[in-house]
Amino acid sequence: MSEDRLDVRKTYKLLINGAFPRSESGRSYKVETATGDFLANVAQGSRKDVRDAVAAARGVQQKWWGATAYNRGQVIYRLAEMAESRRVELRDHVMLAEGLDREAAQRLVSRTIDKMIWYAGWTDKIAQVLGGANPVAGPFFNFSLPVPSGVVGVVASQESSLEGFVEAVIAPIAAGNTVVALASERRPTPAVLLGEMTATSDFPSGVLNVITGVTSELAPVLCAHEDVDGVDISGVSSGEADQLNVVAAGSIKRVFRPRGADDDELRRLRTFVETSTVWHTIGQ
Amino acid sequence: MSESLANSQLGAFTYDPAPESTGVVRLQSSYGLFIDGTFTEPSSHDQFVTLNPATEEVLATVAQSSDADIDRAVTSARRAYDDVWSKTSGAERAKYLFRIARLIQERSRELAVLETLDNGKPIRESRDVDIPLAAAHFFYYAGWADKLDYAGFGLNPRPLGVAGQIIPWNFPLLMAAWKLAPALAAGNTCVLKPAESTSLSALALAEILQQAELPPGVVNIVTGDGQSGSALVEHPGVDKIAFTGSTEVGRLIQQRSASTPKHLTLELGGKGANIVFDDAPVDEMIEGIIDGIFFNQGHVCCAGSRLLVQESIADEVLRRLVRRIDQLRVGDPMDKNTDVGAINSASQLARIEELTAYGEREGATRYTSNCALPEKGYWFAPTVFADVAQSHRIAREEIFGPVLSVLTFRTPEEAVVKANNTKYGLACGVWSEKGSRTLWVAQRLRAGVIWANTYNRFDPTSPFGGMRESGFGREGGRHGLEAYLDV
Repeated sequence: MSEDRLDVRKTYKLLINGAFPRSESGRSYKVETATGDFLANVAQGSRKDVRDAVAAARGVQQKWWGATAYNRGQVIYRLAEMAESRRVELRDHVMLAEGLDREAAQRLVSRTIDKMIWYAGWTDKIAQVLGGANPVAGPFFNFSLPVPSGVVGVVASQESSLEGFVEAVIAPIAAGNTVVALASERRPTPAVLLGEMTATSDFPSGVLNVITGVTSELAPVLCAHEDVDGVDISGVSSGEADQLNVVAAGSIKRVFRPRGADDDELRRLRTFVETSTVWHTIGQ
Repeated sequence: MSESLANSQLGAFTYDPAPESTGVVRLQSSYGLFIDGTFTEPSSHDQFVTLNPATEEVLATVAQSSDADIDRAVTSARRAYDDVWSKTSGAERAKYLFRIARLIQERSRELAVLETLDNGKPIRESRDVDIPLAAAHFFYYAGWADKLDYAGFGLNPRPLGVAGQIIPWNFPLLMAAWKLAPALAAGNTCVLKPAESTSLSALALAEILQQAELPPGVVNIVTGDGQSGSALVEHPGVDKIAFTGSTEVGRLIQQRSASTPKHLTLELGGKGANIVFDDAPVDEMIEGIIDGIFFNQGHVCCAGSRLLVQESIADEVLRRLVRRIDQLRVGDPMDKNTDVGAINSASQLARIEELTAYGEREGATRYTSNCALPEKGYWFAPTVFADVAQSHRIAREEIFGPVLSVLTFRTPEEAVVKANNTKYGLACGVWSEKGSRTLWVAQRLRAGVIWANTYNRFDPTSPFGGMRESGFGREGGRHGLEAYLDV
């Protein structure tokens, strides 16, 4: 930036099914830095964009869950590699978005990347930790496996533009779900960057979809969508969360609401997995 | 039991009646509420009658809990939690649960007869399934009470507090056990509301709790209709709601508790697919299909109510099924030879009749058993529909009765797509001798329970519960503890 040249600015677009469209609505909205300077005109997603993203997420969910757990772990690890090589860019965006100083922003980025690694390592352990064999009283082999709920909608944290976003989207993805995420409304650019990184991380198209826009407009659409199996509503106030919870109940969705400091790190994984129990006869 | 009931056994073989004696049950003419360890009078004089659905005879009158009664029960549970149960060690809680398990075993014959009188299910099933499994659930969770640190939820997982539990009428005592045993093992206190039409075995269980000397208020049993259930759901003193019943009511409960801190688990409806491949072991498969849909008159949320049969064997399977339903012995539930008992209530019978009429209207081909049905009571002859399309109501809606819809498929992929073409996700069956194909299908079914070469098996160690609109949370096994721990 210190060079004597006019910098080339980036257009911040949506991520839907592996492509980077502007909103089908043609809308955009102004995003400012934490200090109130103009940052970008970001695509303002519409309810149609949300529906397209849900369709993409549903379309690829079987493929993502059908990949080996080892493979899914490597894909998430690859995302961490991409993030690591773009640490400076991520840091600068977190500084702009959240108003942190350089060192604090750097620490946050490091923590976020380490969290990706943590989840990358979970993909092939969830079944052993959350599943098991059940000693039923009869001639059956009976085992329980944690399987993904399916498509998870994430209304990501408004404040924690990168770390909160990553935690909310990577946990369900590690468990085999696909995700449609609404980025922080006022601080969307770190989430957009992360979405871009998935394009070079062997993520199948549609596993992560990122929508920027007005949360109060899009969150009810996402939470009401009947092809969404679960929602994480971290990114709204508790009053709004109650409303979204009512909407989500329309199709008996699983709902994750953060519980604060004493939260169990595994709860994000547990909320969006289902226990599937198989009985098979034993005989000659 | 009336003569018309006894004479209703028709089929390939005739059997002499082998009625179980009802003498082991001592019914009271009316029942109060079990609150704070004693049977108490309800605050109002509202009562309702509970019928024997096989005869329409009145068995007893039962109290209708008012809001004030629910409040009294929740207050009692709260006090018991604060003063007693939260200070009772896991090892001591375990011993209470072991006592309850033993008492159920000791009184199993009486409980089986009572269950069959009130519910209409065959005595063979209440004797061999409901009551032994209820005892087994208490026995299983008893052992967890002092081992919660090892359950995989971190050290010293805390209970939630007061659990409000609402159960259905299809397995009255067993559902009470599924709810109470894990809740008590985890250290919660309970307010249990049995279904309106089947309160008696829960009230007998209350006596057992007294005999076990369970501290007063740890379990409270409040009878009543949906109003009472609603009052329990909305009571601010309840920390946890566990509901088993229809998806429609479950949805309302989830909506109503959305803005509260209450924890919720739901075990809702289903439309289970029983998938039959052409290499399945034929005799076992036919019996499995029959058991999957006619067990408990089809009043089973996980019933295999959609048969998906591979096209190459569809004619043969249908022919055998139609022959087999004629051999099912329908009638007096108290007869030890009876296979299919009474429909639990007039309203449920009306629902089954409405949906089956729709099945015919929408063009499915109906086969109904020729069995004679008793004149009194609520009865529905075992019925199979062929030529069912996925769009038919009888292929989409839960009938909760002895009605099987038969659809066909050609490839495993098609079977999976059709099985998953439902809003529900509770249970499925897969019949094949090829293990690799069974597991391939099982991996792709969106269902909480999958039975391979068997159907409708239950065990306290085995987690049970649904995906999608069949609800969330599990009952049974280590997983069942999660519903009652603050984790």
